[in-house]
Formats: sequence, structure tokens, C-alpha cells
Amino acid sequence: METLMSFLVGILFMIGTYLILAKGLLRIILGTSIISHAVHLLILTMGGLKTGGPPLLGLKNTSYTDALPQALILTAIVINFAVTALFLVLSYRAYKLVGTDDMGQMRGNADE
Amino acid sequence: MNNIVILPIIIPLIMGMILVIFRKSIQFQRWMSLIAIAAVGSTSIYLMTQIKGHGMQTLQLGGWQAPFGVSMVADMFAVLLLATTSFVALCCLIYAFGSIGRERESYYFYPMFLFLLTGINGSFLTGDIFNLFVCFEVMLISSYVLLSLGGTKIQLRESIKYVLVNIISSFLFLLAVAYLYAMTGTLNLAHLSVRIAEVGQDGLMTTVAILFLIVFSLKAALFLFFWLPGSYSAPPTAVAAVFAALLTKVGMYAIFRMFTLVFYHEPQVTHLIIGILGGLTMVLGAFGAIAYWDIKKILAYNVIVGVGLIMSGLAAFTSTAITGSIYYLIHDIIIKALIFLLGGTMIHLTGTSNLKDMSGLIRTHPYVGWMFFIAALSLAGIPPLSGFIGKVLITKGTFEASYFWLGGIGLLTSLLVLYSVMKIFMNGFWGETLLSEDMEKGTTKGLMFPMGCLLAATVALGFGAEGIHEYVSMAAEGLLRPELYIEAVLGRNPMP
Repeated sequence: METLMSFLVGILFMIGTYLILAKGLLRIILGTSIISHAVHLLILTMGGLKTGGPPLLGLKNTSYTDALPQALILTAIVINFAVTALFLVLSYRAYKLVGTDDMGQMRGNADE
Repeated sequence: MNNIVILPIIIPLIMGMILVIFRKSIQFQRWMSLIAIAAVGSTSIYLMTQIKGHGMQTLQLGGWQAPFGVSMVADMFAVLLLATTSFVALCCLIYAFGSIGRERESYYFYPMFLFLLTGINGSFLTGDIFNLFVCFEVMLISSYVLLSLGGTKIQLRESIKYVLVNIISSFLFLLAVAYLYAMTGTLNLAHLSVRIAEVGQDGLMTTVAILFLIVFSLKAALFLFFWLPGSYSAPPTAVAAVFAALLTKVGMYAIFRMFTLVFYHEPQVTHLIIGILGGLTMVLGAFGAIAYWDIKKILAYNVIVGVGLIMSGLAAFTSTAITGSIYYLIHDIIIKALIFLLGGTMIHLTGTSNLKDMSGLIRTHPYVGWMFFIAALSLAGIPPLSGFIGKVLITKGTFEASYFWLGGIGLLTSLLVLYSVMKIFMNGFWGETLLSEDMEKGTTKGLMFPMGCLLAATVALGFGAEGIHEYVSMAAEGLLRPELYIEAVLGRNPMP
């Protein structure tokens, strides 16, 4: 199972990297989102995918899945959510003001 | 257990949240943020005396025992940086009063400034790797907002690049944490150190160490500095000074912490890589500093040279070199803030950042001119001033570790740094006076006091190096003997 997940994470990383190297700003943001999915899946995988009950004490299981990576992912998800929202608004403002979403033209002049 | 350890984090956090409510009352915001930062400064000085008397102070949050809860650790290294940070932040805040403008002030400038400090102080004090990530994010998100606040074309353009680079490096950080967790099964720094010392730092662990090095190098501008010159020349002067003084230093602090506490078993691999990167950083930074005629660009590249020098102290990994690095780190925080404020004042007065368009400022502004002169000498490391002692110790340490090339690069780039800042001084202040008083674009009213404070600090640090030597050597000892840190966090019988 871990091997399969590793392949999936690798493919997501590949797609994300390809998108980040694109010229359109929106593609770059999509690329960061896909990489964030990859990273969160990786944390889950690295915590171990052994079978066990969900980490709820009321369920009276003999073994539980590791609760720590889940807490880490939850934290990382909300942080990434906030940053992505900020990044989207920032690119919207930049599109309005600079008038382009092509990263090749975002270089600007020296005398600005 | 010592509850004071948490105060440097919660004072700016709570004050920032209160100030969000009082958006319109600017005087109130100014005074309150001033008081909050001063309170953090005095707390850290109090902590310093406590650490000197009783050793490292720790706090287990929520009362959970060390590897299971989040621990906050105040060792001498962190607290020295904390005190310097508060002082510099205070000066930059006072500079911001006179220069930032009503528009930005009423759109949450002060709360964001305080949140930035929350993140920085948290990164210094935390004893948990994932908590370090969260504090980094607190710091970075505030810095995104401070960088783009105002919304001019250049700010938006540069913040897009800055945000993208930092998002990528945050993902790499999470990646590295995931790998480390899979291999050791813990997140507490002290416990990580114990576990890695037990199983040994094999090839896989060294790979993770290098991944961490890449992550923190992106933040600290160690070789991976391509994002820095653009981003640091976009925001207003007070913000740029805070960024230059503090943001890269947090990355450097993290490198120091990770490579003295956790990954110190293979110095011939990891520390050599740090040394090579440091050398390249110094050379490329110095080339950038002498190449440009734009004040902002020259100063931004000088930040990069400083990073390289401090890291070469870590690469040498001897007691002398680490002591020198800590001296230089403290000096660098103060002097980078000062030189950015002075450069910003020159731009404020002349309305241009191109050196070829300004000259003869010394006639109308003698104080700014001579302050810049002293700051420039201090930056280059001329003996009575503060940059000297750190540079000498780092050079001596690299020679002791027989990294002669590294020490040589350090000395050579000092010359180039001196040339680059003297170029600003001679072109900007000497020569024909082009601008008469009434043709100037701004005044220095209210801006001289914070710069004077920083100048006094750099001179005092140079002359009074003996006075803080006891604290600095204690900080260096704490870095070189990880067992002190482990014992402070985990107690005498560390968990397996």
C-alpha cells in the first residue's frame, strides 16, 4: 500500500512541478495546490498505513491508526488554505493592476 | 518549568489581536505596539539573567511531559537573538511612525508588524520541529501582507514571486518533517537528537538533513538567494529594514539549531556542504553588491554576503568559529536594519534610488552622511566597531578547522563589501550638491532618532564586546554541547 501511495505522491509532485514552471499565473497556483495534496498524502503515508480503528477512544478497538500525522495534516491543510486564498487574491490584484497574468511579462522596468 | 518563556510569543500576539479592533485610532495603535515590543525586550533581558543563573529555561505547554507535548526552550542563543530582535524591531517601528504613511497605518500595519514578531519569537523559542513550521508560517504570512500592503505595481509583482518561493519551501519543509517522522517517530527536537544519536546518522538521515538544509537555505538566502534582491527592494523602507534584519536570520537560526542539535554526527558531509554554499553565497553576493548602481540592490546583496559569512562559522564547527558566528549574527541584525534605514532615508530625500542621479547630500544632511560612514565601516568590520570581533573569530575558526579557502573568501569579500558601501557614500554624499533644501522630496524629521539608537548600539557592541562575551560564550557552549539542551528538555533520564 505504501509503495502505491509513494507512486501516487510522485506523480502528483511531477504534475505540480510541471504546472509551476508554466507561464500562466493561474496554472502556477493550481500547481501549488496539487503539490500541497501530494505533501499531505506523503505525511499520511509516512506515518504508516497499518490497519486499525480510527483514533476515537469510544470505539474500543484493540489497535488504532497513528493520530499524530492526522493532526499535522489538519494543521498543514488550514495553513495552506489561507496561503492559497491570499495568493489567489494577490494574483487577482496583480492582474488588475499590471494587466497581465503572463509571468514572462511580470519582470517590469528598472525605472518604476 | 518557567511560564515567562511563553511571554515573548503571546504579548505581541494578543496585542496584535487587540489592535485589529482599533483600526482608526492610529495614536493608540502606535503607543500600544511600542509598549508591546518594549515588554518583549525587557522579558527577554530578564530571561537572560535567569538563564545565566540557572541554566536553560523550558516550558512544557499544557503540562504534558517533554516528548509528548510541545516544549518551549529558551537557551542563551535564542534569548540573545530575541533581545536583539526586539531592540531592532522597536527602532524600525519608530522609523515607521514618521515614514510609513496614514494609508498603510489605518490598514492594519501595526497588527501585522506584531504578528510578524510573534512568528519570529516563536521560531526562536520553540523546541518542536512542527511547531517551528507553524511559527515560520505565522511569520511568512505576515511578511506576505507587509510586503504587498499598499498595493503598488512593483510590490504586487515582487510579492507574487516571494509568496511562490516561500510556498514551495514550506512544502519542502513539510516533506522533510514527514520523512523525519517516519524514520524517528518523534517531533521534539531534543528527543530527535537522542533518537538519531542512538541509531546513528546513516546515509538516509543525512539525505533528510540536506533536505532541511535546502528548506532553511531558501529562507535564509544561503546560496538559494535569487528571490531576495527583488523582494527586499519592493516594500517601504521600515518594512524592508525589518525583513533584512530579521527574516533571513530566522532561517539561519534554524540551520544553526538543526545542525548543532540534531544532525551533528556527519560534519564532514553536511557542514562541508554548508561551507561550500557559504563560500559561494559570499562570492556571488559580493559580485552583486559591486555590480549595481541602485542603492536598494546594493544593500540587498550585502544581506546575502552576511549570510554566507555567518554560515562559514557554522561550517568550521569549532568553539571559536561558533562564538564568532553568534557575535556576527547579533551585529548583522543591528547593522542591516541601520544601513537599510539610512539607504531608505537617502531615497526618501532625493526621490531616486539610482546613485548616478544623486550627489552632495553631506552639505545639507551632515548627520545622515556621517552616520552612513560609520555604519559602512562597521559593516565592513573596521576594528573599533561591532563587525570586527565576529569576523576575526570566524576567520580564526575557519583557519583552525583548516578551511583556509573559506576564511580567505570571507576576508576578500569584506573588501568588496567595503567598496560597495563606500560607493554609495562617495557618490551620494560627496560631490556637487544637486538638491537645495527646498527641492528635496522629504524631510528627516522624526527619522533621525531610531537611526541614532541603532548607531549607538553598533558602536556600543563594538566597544563593549567584552561585556557581552560571557553571554555569547554561554550561547556557543549551549550549541556545541547538545546534551545540555537534551537534559534541560527531557530531564536527567531521557526517554528511549
